[in-house]
Amino acid sequence: MASAAFSVFDRGQAAPSDALGKSRDGPVVSQATAPARSAAFHVRRAEDADLAKVIALDMEVTGVAKDAYWADLHERYATRRPGERFFFVAESADKRQILGFVIGEIRAWEFGSEPCGWVFGVSVDPEVREHGVGERLLETISAAFRDAGVGKMRTLISHGNHLLMSFFRSQGMMAGPYLQLERDLP
Amino acid sequence: MKLQIASRLAVFAVLELAAHPDRQISAAEIADKYGVSTHHLAKVMHTLGRAGLVRSVRGAGGGYQFSGNAKRTTLIDIIQLFERVGDVENASGEPGEDTSAGGALRQILDEIDDITRATLSSVTVSTLLKLIDRRGSAGPSDVGVGATPYS
Ligand SMILES: CC(C)(COP(=O)(O)OP(=O)(O)OC[C@H]1O[C@@H](n2cnc3c(N)ncnc32)[C@H](O)[C@@H]1OP(=O)(O)O)[C@@H](O)C(=O)NCCC(=O)NCCS
Repeated sequence: MASAAFSVFDRGQAAPSDALGKSRDGPVVSQATAPARSAAFHVRRAEDADLAKVIALDMEVTGVAKDAYWADLHERYATRRPGERFFFVAESADKRQILGFVIGEIRAWEFGSEPCGWVFGVSVDPEVREHGVGERLLETISAAFRDAGVGKMRTLISHGNHLLMSFFRSQGMMAGPYLQLERDLP
Repeated sequence: MKLQIASRLAVFAVLELAAHPDRQISAAEIADKYGVSTHHLAKVMHTLGRAGLVRSVRGAGGGYQFSGNAKRTTLIDIIQLFERVGDVENASGEPGEDTSAGGALRQILDEIDDITRATLSSVTVSTLLKLIDRRGSAGPSDVGVGATPYS
């Protein structure tokens, strides 16, 4: 998808440099018409036909192919309990490319916590990064969580992934009251 | 964690300038706002200037301007100009470091340093400016209330 993907943004007024000009009007729910910078894509729920593209994108981003994992995730997240499980994709306006995705769900009472929305995967095609796709995906899933009645969104990220951490922080996410612990099993 | 005064001033100065990209602000004005001596701040501004984060504009109405990239400059970029953060090298040569207790203690302290570094290197100037805005509109009661785990 590499070089072709960038053409998506060559058409509109969407220039990488007008970052500050983009709308901060709050959550934009799927399919809404986007302002200038992000005019060339829309966000919608994932469908069966997207799976191959999502797997290819994940493979490109993480370098690890995990078809079975994705097939399972898709089955559980795109097809069941749509009121609490969310799998959104950002698709180019010409509907040829999947530019990114976000997956999450509402989990209740885990670790003693009140129900909250968990984001456990977000990825944007390297060719179209820094054009607001990631932000729109996160806004969409935030709005979905909010509509489902929860008031908090969480995620878990590696200390070493500064890009992802900068992204989440730029979206207002801060350290929460939990700390992840682990140990090797004997 | 506590920052050295020079680091704090540097962060304040950068935020002040980055929040007003259209203005030139004098060191005296910033010093005044944060209650420090202009002399102390001048040294800090000099270091920030050498690092390319601020630029001074001469002449009437002159002062400083932010010259970095607010979306890419992180807290660690600023703080490390003045002090070392989560300093592993500095810790070597400490008494008892080769004992097993020293190793165990090091492992725990490294955990903390890792989080410190990850946090400081992911918070950009523009993220901080957004946080300042939010705190300004939210009011103090909104800050610092969180769910207690396993409550
Ligand atoms: C993190 C990621 C999703 C961001 O997607 P994106 O579409 O480029 O993000 P946006 O354009 O919406 O940027 C939103 C904000 O994130 C921050 N950001 C994005 N890229 C950044 C970068 N390279 N450096 C610092 N901050 C950055 C900025 O603050 C930006 O705000 P701005 O638009 O006002 O500058 C994308 O870079 C990505 O997929 N990275 C890899 C993720 C990963 O490791 N996935 C595997 C585990 S799930």
